[in-house]
Amino acid sequence: MTSANLTDTAQVEQGTSLWKDAWRRLRKNRLALFGLAVLTVFIALALLTPWIAPYAYDAQNLDLGASPPSAAHWLGTDIFGRDLLTQILYGGRISLAVGFVATAVALVIGVTWGAIAGYVGGRVDAVMMRLVDILYALPFMIFIVLLMVVFGRNLLLLFLAIGAVEWLTMARIMRGQVQSLRQQEFVEAAVSLGLSPATIVRRHLVPNALGPIIVYTTLTIPSVMLLEAFLSFLGLGVQPPATSWGLLISYGAETMEEYPWLLIFPGAALTLTLFALNFLGDGLRDALDVRGSGD
Amino acid sequence: MWRFIAGRLLQAIPVILAVITVTFFLVRVAPGGPFDSEKAVIPEVKAALEAQYRLDLPLGQQYLAYLQDLARGELGPSFKYPGRSVNELIAAGLPATAELGAYALLVAVVLGGLAGVVASLKPNSAQDYIPMSVAMIGICMPTFLLGPLLVLVFGIHLEWLPVAGWGDIPGDKILPSLTLGAAYAAYIARLSRAGMLEVMSQDYIRTARAKGLPEWQVVTRHALRGGLIPVVAFLGPAFAGLLAGSFVVETIFQIPGLGRFYVQAAFNRDYTMILGTTVFLSTLIVLFNLLSDILAAWLNPRLRAQYGEA
Repeated sequence: MTSANLTDTAQVEQGTSLWKDAWRRLRKNRLALFGLAVLTVFIALALLTPWIAPYAYDAQNLDLGASPPSAAHWLGTDIFGRDLLTQILYGGRISLAVGFVATAVALVIGVTWGAIAGYVGGRVDAVMMRLVDILYALPFMIFIVLLMVVFGRNLLLLFLAIGAVEWLTMARIMRGQVQSLRQQEFVEAAVSLGLSPATIVRRHLVPNALGPIIVYTTLTIPSVMLLEAFLSFLGLGVQPPATSWGLLISYGAETMEEYPWLLIFPGAALTLTLFALNFLGDGLRDALDVRGSGD
Repeated sequence: MWRFIAGRLLQAIPVILAVITVTFFLVRVAPGGPFDSEKAVIPEVKAALEAQYRLDLPLGQQYLAYLQDLARGELGPSFKYPGRSVNELIAAGLPATAELGAYALLVAVVLGGLAGVVASLKPNSAQDYIPMSVAMIGICMPTFLLGPLLVLVFGIHLEWLPVAGWGDIPGDKILPSLTLGAAYAAYIARLSRAGMLEVMSQDYIRTARAKGLPEWQVVTRHALRGGLIPVVAFLGPAFAGLLAGSFVVETIFQIPGLGRFYVQAAFNRDYTMILGTTVFLSTLIVLFNLLSDILAAWLNPRLRAQYGEA
């Protein structure tokens, strides 16, 4: 509803679209831009890792052992003489992949679920949302630990388990949006033109509800990455020989007294990414949400 | 109010039942039996063990028997610690975890609430930006990173505080409580700031000012009650997070609490222990959510009316 209003006024006054308008506001938010820049760099590094990593992933140098940052090893090496920068780059691939893939799973389930509940309404809506309420009350952190124990520590399962947890809020947001949108004339017009419900949802409802969905997606990624790191830290997430930032932090914490850089650099990588995503999410919320934007 | 509480209690029952059922069957379909690791167990011994743990019964009967046990408050025997029951292990671990959780909650509410209220009194000033930036760091810094960093700085370099243990050396409870409470202090700071900002623009605050109350009384007597409702509503979910956080904090600081038992049980594949602890913790979380809902409704009559009608 709000996004439709914004489009109207924006077009009358300035002849710009919702997205241009949002981008204009986002550009003024330095923290959000910083977040976007950091994120872009990290994603690029993750994509290019196999070509730009200074050493091979499994290259060891047992004679060297753990060494502090130096010209040959910018971030130092771990106790097996493995280059920490290389480890962090490869770990980042997995941490970011978990963040994005699990969020995508949550996005697809949540948006579909919420859109159907909101559009069909009535008893179907009541049952679907009641289920969401019940699932909401379940202690999921404990359930994910349980899942990882029961089914082994499988990366694909980790994606699914985290995604299956995070879709609930997405479904609630989508349902709220759809409920307010379906009262509007353009949806009535679409109905009277004889479009099928599936087409109406896909072509008219989902695009108009995109703002809040994008904002919430941006804020879900850091919480998913945190969850992965939490599990990996406990040894229940990503398993060696693969690595992730959470796993590197866990190794670093074990030897931090002698080799603090092994804790500090992976920790900085994770914290910086979470910062970036949170700033970007907050910035997008301000840029896309009329209520919070103040103009 | 009583109707609201009764309604909420009724809602909690299917949730707890769902937790018990899902956990039970998940654990039962898990690949690998609990005795797989022991090499060449004599068939008679195996049969006796299976009978003891009721693994010889059909699944449905196992489930019903388990429900009966639960109704009597029996969480079952441990697979890995023969002769000890899950009840005993929980009784051994709960005091430390409860104390840690209580201190962490205290840290979160006092530090977070104070920071949020202080920030809300002068929005968009240094008094606002500084605590809120610290809060942002608190949200982005995971517990399992903050804990080791605090140990590194205050335990190892400055040597001000003990690096591990619980109740052995004076001061050894400070770092774990801070570590666990920090993230929630940060959330509470943001929530209470937003809540206070909204309340401070309401008419009744203007009325309070108009009748000549000093500003600190306006804040403490009138604004806080409304402004802190979001914080109270957050306490329920926060409790669940604190429990999960205690897994990490108890592992880092070697605290003999429930969280560490749970993680160890997970590694040992001690299925009955996991099952019992999950059921116990989940029930606790559901009850705590209930409590925080009731408290929030008690503070906010509008919410109470809304639930009363439904």
